[in-house]
Amino acid sequence: MGIFSFFSKEKKEKLDQGLEKTKTSLFEKISKALVGKSSVDDDFLDKLEEILVTSDVGIETTLKIIDRLQKRVAKDKYTGTSELQNLLRQEIALLLDENKSEIPVDFSDLQGKKPYVIMVVGVNGVGKTTTIGKLANQFKKAGKKVVLGAGDTFRAAAVQQLKIWGERNEVHVVEHGMNTDPASVAFDAVKYAVDNGADVCIIDTAGRLHNKINLMTELSKIKRVMSKVLDGTPHEILLVLDASTGQNAFEQAKQFTAATEVNALALTKLDGTAKGGVVIGVADQFKIPVKYIGVGEGIDDLQLFNKHEFVDSLFKS
Amino acid sequence: MFDNLSSKLEKAFKTLKGQGKITEINVAETVKEIRKALIDADVNYKIAKQVTDTIKDNAIGANVLTTVSPGKLMVKIVNDELVALFGGKTEEISTEGNPTIILMAGLQGSGKTTHTAKLANFIKRKGKSVMMAACDVYRPAAIEQLKVLGAQIDVPVYFEEGNLNPVSIAANAVKHAKENNARVIIIDTAGRLAIDEQMMNEIGDIKKTIKPHEILFVVDAMTGQDAVNTAKAFNDVLDFTGVILTKLDGDTRGGAALSIKTVVEKPIKFVGMGEKMEALDVFHPDRMAQRILGMGDIVTLVERAQDVFDKEESDRIQKKLLKDQFTFQDFLSQIQQIKKMGNLKDLMGMIPGVGKAIKDLDVSDDAFKHIEAIIYSMTPKERETPDIINGSRRKRIASGCGRDIQEVNQLLKQFDEMRKMMKTMNKFQGAGRSMKGLPFMR
Repeated sequence: MGIFSFFSKEKKEKLDQGLEKTKTSLFEKISKALVGKSSVDDDFLDKLEEILVTSDVGIETTLKIIDRLQKRVAKDKYTGTSELQNLLRQEIALLLDENKSEIPVDFSDLQGKKPYVIMVVGVNGVGKTTTIGKLANQFKKAGKKVVLGAGDTFRAAAVQQLKIWGERNEVHVVEHGMNTDPASVAFDAVKYAVDNGADVCIIDTAGRLHNKINLMTELSKIKRVMSKVLDGTPHEILLVLDASTGQNAFEQAKQFTAATEVNALALTKLDGTAKGGVVIGVADQFKIPVKYIGVGEGIDDLQLFNKHEFVDSLFKS
Repeated sequence: MFDNLSSKLEKAFKTLKGQGKITEINVAETVKEIRKALIDADVNYKIAKQVTDTIKDNAIGANVLTTVSPGKLMVKIVNDELVALFGGKTEEISTEGNPTIILMAGLQGSGKTTHTAKLANFIKRKGKSVMMAACDVYRPAAIEQLKVLGAQIDVPVYFEEGNLNPVSIAANAVKHAKENNARVIIIDTAGRLAIDEQMMNEIGDIKKTIKPHEILFVVDAMTGQDAVNTAKAFNDVLDFTGVILTKLDGDTRGGAALSIKTVVEKPIKFVGMGEKMEALDVFHPDRMAQRILGMGDIVTLVERAQDVFDKEESDRIQKKLLKDQFTFQDFLSQIQQIKKMGNLKDLMGMIPGVGKAIKDLDVSDDAFKHIEAIIYSMTPKERETPDIINGSRRKRIASGCGRDIQEVNQLLKQFDEMRKMMKTMNKFQGAGRSMKGLPFMR
C-alpha cells in the first residue's frame, strides 16, 4: 500500500475543502508576491515573511524557511515562479519530514495494543470532547470496540456532552457524574475496557490552562492512575490544539508535555482558519507529531494526518 | 498575563541601554526587536508593522530629550502607542431598552456559554434582574451546560427542549423576559466559523429578529493571526458593539486583543480571567497597556476585593474585632472570602512589581488548605473559645486533620498574636473616641 493510497478520493476532497482557505491564501499570496519578479530579492523575501507569519507559521520557523530558501536559491539559481513554488514546497515538506514519526495509515492499526488507551488533554475550548466523539466514530467504523471515560467532571454538563457522543456512536461511556474525581473515572474506564475486551479506550479530561499548576498536577495524577490498571497505559497522550491559536500553542505543547509526556497532537478547526500554517510551525518546533486533524463539523470530519497530502494540498493550484 | 511580551520588550530596550540618545541607527535595531516581540505575541503582522513605524517616527522625533535615558523614553513611547491603540477609555455595556437584549457570538470554544453566565452574574451583582436564553441547539449538552451554570448563579434560563430553530427560541426568550419583567436578557448562541455562510446567516437572522442593544463578540485571547479575519467577518455580519476577551488568565501574550481593536474599531468591554463565575473584569485600556509593560494592575485587585467581600460579613467581623471577640470561625470565613477572589497567583500578579517576580513561581491555591483543615478539626466550642484548647485537645486536632502537632501549635500562637495586635489597635481607636468625648478635644 502506497503512502498516498489510503486517502480515498472522498477523504482527500474533504481535506482539500477543509484547507481551502489555507491553500488559497498561501498559494495565491506567494504567486502574487512573485508577479513580475525575475529574481528573489529582499522585497520578495519580506513579502514571503509576511505571508508565512500571517499564516501562523510562527516567526522562528518562518525565518528558518526563508533562510533555507535563500541558500537554495543561491545554490540552485532560481529561474521561474513555478520553480520557486517547488523549492518552497520541498523546504516545507522537509521541515515536516525532519519530525520523524510513524503515523499509522488507518484507524484499524492499534500498534498491537489491546486496549489501546488514549488520554486526551488540552486547554479550554479546543474541542477535546468533540474530537473524542469523532475518534470513537472512526475507530468504530474500523471495526473496533470502543469505551469512553468521562473524565471532564468539572465543566458544567461535560459528562452529558460525552454521553451524547457515546449514544451517537453506540459505545459505552464510563462515568461517575459531575464533580467526581477524574482519576477514578480514568481508572474505572481502563478497567472496564480490560474486563470487557475493548480495543480502544479514550479518556476525556477537563480543559485547563497550562499555567495552572494545580490542574496540571491533577493531570499527571490521572495519567499515573491508569498505569496501575494496565502497565504502559495510556499509550497515547493526545494534546488537542485549536488551529486558530497563535504562538501560545507552543507554550501549551511545552507545559502539557512536561506534565504528561504528550506524544501525539490533534489539530482542530482547521477548516475555519486561513492559518493551517500552524501545522508547519508545530511540526518544526516540537518533536511531537501531528496525528489527527479536524477539518469540519461532521462526525466523519477527522482524519489521520498525512504530511505529504498536506503539502500537496497547500500547493495545488 | 502579558509577561512574555513585557519581558521581550525589556530585552529590546536593553539594546538601547548605555547609549546617549536615540538615533536612526540604534532605534532601527530596537524597533525590529519590538516588532518581533509584537508578532510573537500574536499581534497581527500588518498592525505590528504599523505600530512600530509610529514608534520609530516618535522615537526619532524625541531624540532631543537627553535628560531621559533612551530606554525609558522608548517605554513611554511604546506605552503611549499601546494606550492609543486600545482606545483610551473604559466602555460600559448598554443599559438601553427594557429589557436590554444582549447577544453573544463567536467561534466554537471561545467561551460563549461560560461568559454568558459570568456576564449574567456580573449584572445580577449590580442588582438588576437578569435572564439567560439557551440558543445553542447544535453542540451536545450546550443547553444543559447553561442550565447548570444558571442554577449555580441563581439566574433563570429560558430554553425550549426540542426546538431546533435558534431564531425562534431567541424571539420567544425576549418575549418571555418582557413578560417576567427581567431587566436584561442574554442570548447564548452556538459557536460558528466565520466562513460558514449558513451559520453566519442564521446569527444575522437572530439579530434582525430580536434587535439586540448589545452584541458581544466573544474571542479567545490565545487566538493567532487569524483573529483579524474572524473579527472582521463577524463584524461585517453583525456590526457588533463590543468584545469579550476570554482565557486571559493563561500565559498568552494576548496580542490578538490589539489586532481586533485596531481592525474593527470596537471596544473590548470585558476580560475573562478564570473559571470561577466571578472571574470577569471590565476592560481598562490604560491598565492593559501598563500591564503589557509589566507595571502591574493594583486597581483591578482592589476592585475585585471590594466586589467579592461580603459587606455585611465584613461589618460583622469588624464589630467582633472591636469587641475583642474574633474567633477561629471568623478567621475561617475571612479565608473563604479571600479564596473567592480567584486564583492566588493571579491576585499576586496584579500587585506592581510582583508579576515578574512570581512568573515561574508555583503559588498554590492550597496555601490555606492546611490552616482550614486544622480549623475544621476543631469543635464549634473550640473555634469560639480558643483558650480552652489544651494539650490533649491539640493532640486530637492534629490527628483529626493529619497535620503535625507543631503546626497546630503554630497556628494557635499566630492566632493569639493576631488577637493581641487587634486588641492594641482597638485600644488606640477606643482612646481616640473617648478623647473626642472630652470638651476640649472638639
